Amino acid sequence: MSVWAAVIGASLGCYLLKLAGLSVPEELLNDRRVARIATLLPVALLATLAVTQTFTTGRHVTVDARAAGLAVAATAQLLRAPFLLVVASAAATAAAVRLLH
Amino acid sequence: MPLDDRTRRSIIRDAVGIGVATGAYGLSFGAISVTAGLSLLQTAALSLLMFTGASQFAMVSLIGGGGSPVAGAATAVLLGTRNAFYGLRLSRVIGGPGQRRALGAQFVIDETTAMAVAPDSVDAARLAFWATAVSVFTLWNVGTLVGAVGAQAIPDPKTLGLDAAAPAAFLALLAPRMTGRHLWAVSLTAALVALASAPLVPAGIPVLLAALVTVVAGLRLEARGKG
Repeated sequence: MSVWAAVIGASLGCYLLKLAGLSVPEELLNDRRVARIATLLPVALLATLAVTQTFTTGRHVTVDARAAGLAVAATAQLLRAPFLLVVASAAATAAAVRLLH
Repeated sequence: MPLDDRTRRSIIRDAVGIGVATGAYGLSFGAISVTAGLSLLQTAALSLLMFTGASQFAMVSLIGGGGSPVAGAATAVLLGTRNAFYGLRLSRVIGGPGQRRALGAQFVIDETTAMAVAPDSVDAARLAFWATAVSVFTLWNVGTLVGAVGAQAIPDPKTLGLDAAAPAAFLALLAPRMTGRHLWAVSLTAALVALASAPLVPAGIPVLLAALVTVVAGLRLEARGKG
């Protein structure tokens, strides 16, 4: 699958999910198991993405400048910094670590 | 009952404020997407067509990390499932037959839902939904373009640490949702499964395994009746 096909296909999938919420019978989405999974899924996937994007390079598990970036970002997040500052602090930290090496 | 001017103005002011904040997210999305290797056109298309932030961040960083576009697309769609539940709560606002629902559906995201479920009256909820939709859609797409063009001008994004920006973005998107013991436990398990499987399977697949773990954990928690 090319990147373009993925862009179009996933966009269509995301649109149909949005439309489904407005269209499908309420009982289906009110099912407790469905509701439970829908609460867990975004949180668990975002956590997984944060971890894998920090500690893997291709198929290798690595600890590098990105880990320092994530640690600083976590601190900024705990201090309730705005989104852009959290992201920028991670990038700046990783850049500084690489510069010092 | 028609809306008075004060209510109307306050809704529109909030909608613009949320739009500006989202524009900042858009800026980082544009930069991260181009850094991950997507073209300017692909990046812009994602913000126009997919228009749901977490899914977009996930897709571009998985593809950038060497994952197959299929795995990237599947993860994006899995992250988009929450929008279906938002739609359920918005059916009184943009429900009903026809084109308004089809158009409104594209704008069913975190921000518009938060704004539209707040007011008591349906008129105020409609205004909140559409004002937020216009403001966020416009500024998210403008932000994306500016971020993408800016990042294209940088010869080596790694020296600026831009590869560390995506994990930080996931963390910031995640933090407000991390409420409760079970969410922590399931998230940690999912992340560890992904990390442990990373050397064994092609890039992009670990996240899908994490999704599978999450579904199984959700069913088990429900079967045991845990709150």
